[in-house]
Order: sequence, then structure tokens, then C-alpha cells
Amino acid sequence: MSDKPRKQIHLAAHFPGVNNTTVWGDPASGSHIAFSSFRHFAQTAERAKFDFLFLAEGLRLREQAGKIYDLDVMGRPDNVSILMAMAAVTDRIGLAGTVNSTFNEPLDVARKLASLDHLSGGRAAWNVVTSWDEFTGENFRRGGYLPKDKRYLRAQEMLSTAQTLWDSWDSDGIVADAASGEFLRRPDEGAFEVHSDQFDISGRFPLPRSPQGRPVIIQAGDSEEGREFAAHSADAIFTRHAEFSAGQEFYADVKARLATFGRRHEDLKILPAATFVLGDTEEEAAENARQVQYQQVGPATAIAFAEQVWNLDLSDVDPDGPVPSFDPKTEDDVDSGGHISKGRASVRMYRDPVATANEWRELGEAENLSLREVVIRKNGRHTFVGTPQRVADTIDRFVQEDASDGFVLVPHITPGGMDAFADQVVPLLQEKGSFRTDYEGTTLRDHLGLSPLRSDALAQS
Amino acid sequence: MSTQPFHLAIALEGTGWHPASWREPGARPGDQFGADFWVDQVREAENGLATFVTIEDGFTAARVPGDEGRTDRAQGRLDATLVAQRVGPATEHLGIVPTVIATHTEPFHVSTQIATLDWVTSGRAGQRIKVSADPREAALFGRRDPGAESRESLFDEAADHVEVQRRLWDSWEDDAEIRDVATGRFVDRDKLHYIDFVGSHFAVRGPSITPRPPQGQPIVTALAHVEDAYRLAARAADVVFTTPDGAGRDGPTGDAATTLAAARDAERAVGRTGDPLVVVGDLLVLLDDDAASARAQLTRLDGTVPLRTDAAVLAGSVADLADTLESWAAAGLAGARLRPAVAANDLPRITRELAPELARRGLTRSAWGEPGSLRDLLGLPHPTDRYAHA
Repeated sequence: MSDKPRKQIHLAAHFPGVNNTTVWGDPASGSHIAFSSFRHFAQTAERAKFDFLFLAEGLRLREQAGKIYDLDVMGRPDNVSILMAMAAVTDRIGLAGTVNSTFNEPLDVARKLASLDHLSGGRAAWNVVTSWDEFTGENFRRGGYLPKDKRYLRAQEMLSTAQTLWDSWDSDGIVADAASGEFLRRPDEGAFEVHSDQFDISGRFPLPRSPQGRPVIIQAGDSEEGREFAAHSADAIFTRHAEFSAGQEFYADVKARLATFGRRHEDLKILPAATFVLGDTEEEAAENARQVQYQQVGPATAIAFAEQVWNLDLSDVDPDGPVPSFDPKTEDDVDSGGHISKGRASVRMYRDPVATANEWRELGEAENLSLREVVIRKNGRHTFVGTPQRVADTIDRFVQEDASDGFVLVPHITPGGMDAFADQVVPLLQEKGSFRTDYEGTTLRDHLGLSPLRSDALAQS
Repeated sequence: MSTQPFHLAIALEGTGWHPASWREPGARPGDQFGADFWVDQVREAENGLATFVTIEDGFTAARVPGDEGRTDRAQGRLDATLVAQRVGPATEHLGIVPTVIATHTEPFHVSTQIATLDWVTSGRAGQRIKVSADPREAALFGRRDPGAESRESLFDEAADHVEVQRRLWDSWEDDAEIRDVATGRFVDRDKLHYIDFVGSHFAVRGPSITPRPPQGQPIVTALAHVEDAYRLAARAADVVFTTPDGAGRDGPTGDAATTLAAARDAERAVGRTGDPLVVVGDLLVLLDDDAASARAQLTRLDGTVPLRTDAAVLAGSVADLADTLESWAAAGLAGARLRPAVAANDLPRITRELAPELARRGLTRSAWGEPGSLRDLLGLPHPTDRYAHA
């Protein structure tokens, strides 16, 4: 242990999202849309020397049983737009946003992300995702329908096309020499052509090469396809594997794939999503965590969660009574759009709703728990609960023992939910020598310790 | 609205509107893809009490078709809406109006981007809606054949694009967020509305993902030289830019009064109701101590690359420009959008010399008041939500 250099932890701050993790009824909970909230959150994460901020994407309000789902925080800005505005009130922290490949065109996406990179001095990152449903497509001119086998294809082609566009200018393509009158190095800077299954485009990309060369690429995906895609093309991967042994397995699996693509172990950072609840003592932290869980799963939310499994209207069910004794309705597949819940990726986890219902029922009977208590046990777990020292020790162990390279932390309060972590946990990680005490570079690639881009490396050789 | 000041607006376009501007002293041509370049220009405009700035946009690398294949012209562009988001928090009074190209964008995305700009700036967002018939732009997207579409159809589509944006902005009533802990409801979903827009170019269901922006309806502007564009403005916009004594696709556009009359005719032709268009004249300006020096400068710049422009050019002194703008105000125009020929020279001339002169003549504001919205600055009321019951 002693002769091995300490791995450095990478931390991202996820602006609280539109699900029940985010507690909106707490007196400490502020606006989810006012710019002052985004400024507060960004400046806290930068003060704590986090690697980057992360914002998910909104495309359609969720629905359940044919009505807009009204129990969670909702109403959010366009994420790339608000990241750009957050660049104005920060200097170093990275700016990562999800942008789906289905409802966008490569020229527009590549231009937006390159603009974010230029105007932030090299801090942009793109979480590349696919969208699967026609429900979301109803808000877009191109609609939502892509056959299942085309979704990953489109995402892959979107990413590779964006990379073609970002690479289409020489890194010294802008000369801008007033005396000689030479503005461009070559007259065809930015020229590209892409003719593929999904795209048939040509012309010249309008932006010179951005400070990072290309924005950092993030891929969220635990599936086989997702792991392979990430090992080939991503700089960071978001995962749900925030438990220690499952994390180690995932970590080993994904890192082992890198060599196939000629990439170093360090070139793909594995970042599970994680929540946390702190307390001055272990007992206080546990009590805080319990209270947060009850805030996150109120009576109406408990019923809504059960409806997502049962795929039935359960508004007559008592959340403080037992788990329903009848079986879920199984004929409506989430992908086919017939399911009671629309616009919610997590529902796809319930691949076998009858088995899930049986598990819930057994848990309720074995421990005499109400439906709400069962939902809390099944859905409301926090990743890290404890004193700041305990949480710092746990995070460091995950990283030093290769269960992750760090975490994407999701606080449950907006905008101050990261304040205590910044003030109490980060200094302990810094004391261990596992986390930076200041930024060493200016770009997100610098913060993440990524290799120089291959095209740049070629240009230099 | 006679109590309204005459509005001074500034059209930002890289190092300036003259294609030779990038080679002028102080132009910083190598900096125009960085944030400081834009923050400096917008702060300069705010210090000059400009009501708003516009930011040009286009998807092509070459800014005009004739620049393809050349190395001696300034090329490349940032996304104007993102430039606006970046400069928004660096200012506190003036409106910020990026260009949006309706032809190649999703109205849902643009609606939430502009709503976000309005939240970021506490109500100072606008947009200039534009159509693109440029085959180079169409090839970058590969989804449609511009040769097969009429201009009328492109303008109709742009009007639909704005209609969708406007419905989405209203799709959340101002008091939709209730945070009712007793029932567990964050919103009152009866105050969220499907927009169910179905047009000949696209259909959009709604509601928005973004709450109604502070202005309710952020400002929409359009540039018009010809009837199609005047009608688009009359159907969809709050502000129209005209080109007095300039030239459009169909020839000379007429003097200030003529362009004002064209805007009013278009309003009648489309049956516009509510507030009339705020009619703002565009003028490309090159300023020097006297008219002879300014004209000499223009001749010198044109010797490098000739200027081609739809707006009239005023090469003269600050007093000459103030006289022209005073005549526009007398003709009934609500303001002027000045296009600096050489930003490094003409922008500070506008903000430090012209602005005090216009204020001295009683045409424009002489100081900023408390920060407010762009609608406030333009004298437009806070609009009621079209979906609100009673």
C-alpha cells in the first residue's frame, strides 16, 4: 500500500434533478429555476475544487396514468444554456450536460458544445445518450421513432460525426494576422463530409478547434453495449454501481476493455452516482438519513412508485397499509408506450414486475412494513451516511481499492445541498492526499488527468 | 407611447460589419472565439445606455458565400444564443437578443433556450428570428432541399416556430409551482398546459420543461426588407428592424417613413391585434471626427474588401449621425439599431460620444434606472398568460 501512489479522487456535482431524490418541501429548499440557485451551486462546487458540474436534460414532463406527474420537482432550464451562464460565474470547474442524439442534428450539437468549450476556456463535457420513446418525440419536429437497433447506431454516428466536425480545423487554423491579411491557415478549414446510415451532410464546420480540442465525452451505461461504447469512445462513464463489490467488478470489467482500443487505464474515469447524508455523530447521521427518506417518499410518492411497478391506478390503495395482494398488470411494455408511466427511464428496471411485487410483499410481511415503508426500503437508500470522517474514509476506500475513480454526487437540497460536503468532507479528502487542494490546470481534461487527444499527439509528432 | 425614449440598439457582428474590420487597430480578430471579446463589447454597449444588443448568427464558416475558398476573410462563428448566455450574467440592464435560425432548429429547444436566457438575465432576453434559404446551410443539416421550398413557405414556418415558442412560454402559468407539502404536490397540474400545435411543418405537444420566464413573453424581433418579412414580423414579432434608405431583395427599401408605413400596412394585412410593432431602423455606421475623414476611412476599407450591405451606410461625424437619428425619431421610428463598421472604433464612438449627444438632445435616456426587463425598457406591458383561466 505504502509504495503505491495515492489515486486521485474525481468528484462531480449534479444539480438536483427532477425525481424524488430532490426534497422540495424542506425549509432549506430554494428555487430550482432562479439563476441565483445555479450560481450558488456552481460556486460551492468550484470552491470545493470539484472536477465538474453536471446537469441532466429535460425534453418532456413525465406523466403517469395520463396526467402530468406532479409530485417531484419540475421545471428546469435548458441545460447547455445554463451551463454556459454558470461559466460566467466560475473560472475552472468543468461543465457537463446530457444531450441526446435523437432529437438533435450533429452540426447543431457539435457547434453548441464547441461554443461552450470556447466560451468557458476548455471546460465543456457531453454526456451522450439515446432516447427511446415516441412520447418524448411528440415535442420535436423530427419525432421520436427510431427502431431499437438504430438507437445505439444513431448515438454512435452522432458522436463520431461530432468528432469529425471538431477535428475539421487545424489546431492553428486561425492566423488572424492583420499585417499579412491572412485570417485562415487553409481556405478549407472546417471542410467535412459524412455519409452514413443516419446522416448525409457536408460543408464546413463554423468553429475553429476549441481549447480542449474536443469536449470531454461521457457515456452513461451499464449494459454490455454501453460498456463497449464507453471503452471505445468515452472519457468518463456514469454508472449506478455505487456498491463496493459490484463497483469493483464493473471497474475491472470496463478498464480491461480499454487495451483493446489502444487506450490507457487512466483514459476512462468510472464515476458512479452517489447520494450522501451527514451528521455530527453516526446516530445523528442515521436519523437525518431516515428523515430524508421519509421526505423523499411521501404517501403520494409511495403510491406513485407502486403504480409504476403494478402498471395500474392504485389511488385507492392506502400507503400506510400493506403491499397490495394482487399481481401487477404485465401486458404493457414500457418501450411500446402503453405503460402507465411515461418519460421515466427508471421504470425500465422493472423487467419482471410480478417478481418485484412478490419481493415487496415478502419484505412487508416479514418485517411488518407498510407499503410506504417498503418503498422507502427499496428506493430510498443513500450511498453514504455518516460523519464527515466516515464518508471521507468510505469514498477514499472506493477509489484506492478500485471500486471507482470518484463519484457524481447528487445532493437532495437545492441549492445548498453541497455546502456541508464542501466544508466538512472535502478538507478530509485533501488531508489524505487523495483530492486536489487547488486546480492544477485550466481545462476539464486537465482536471480528469486525461491523455492528450490522439489527433493532437499526431500533430505534435 | 410618446413618453418612450428613442431606442439605441447595437448589432454586434465579430470585429464589425465591414469585412475589412478585422485588420483594423484594436480589432482583436484572434480573440473573437473567446468570452472576453464578447463581454467587453456588451459591457461597452451597456455603458452607452443601449436598450439592447443583437448578436448575429449563421451556421456556415464563411459569413458570405463569396468568402468560400479564401484565407483573407474573417470566418467562423460561435452559437449566438450561447454567447448571449455567457454575457448575460456580466450585465444588468440591457436586453440581449441573439439571432435564431428557424429553418434548421427545433422550436422546443429554442423556446427553452430563450426562456433560460430570460431566467439568467432576470427578464432581459430576446431573439431575432431568421429564415435560411442558403443551400450551404441546408447541406450542413442534410434534411431538406432548400431549392424545393418557396420563400413564402420558409417564412410561414418561421411564424409557426415563434408561435410554438410563445405557446410553450405560456404553457406554465406564473403560479403553477405550489409546493403543497400536505398533498405532496410540487405543481398544480391544472396550471400546466398542452400546447397541441399542429402546423404544416411540424407538430409540438408541450408543455414546456421550463417555467414561464420572467418576462412572460421574451421579446421577438425580425429584420424586414420585403413584404414576406414584414408579414412575418407583423404576425410573430414585437420589434421589427427596417432598413431606411437601404436595399432589399426587391430593390430600394424607401426612407424611414416609408419603412414605418410598410410595417403598419403589414400589421393590417395580417390582422395584428395587441401592441403595434416597435419599428427600429438599421444603419451601418463608420464614425470619425468629421465627415470627410469618415468617408476617407470607408474608401480605404473598401479598397481592401468592398462593403456590401442591405442597410444604409452613414460615414460621418457623431453629429451627422445624431442628426439622422433625430430625423428618424421625427419620422416616427421608435429607435435605431446601429451596425458598427469597425467595432474597435465605432462601438466606443457610439457609446462614449453618440449616446451622450442623443441624451443631450433629449432623445434617449441619460442614465440607467433600477434594473428591469427588456419589455419594461421597450414600454411593453407584462403579457397575460393565454392559458390562464379568468
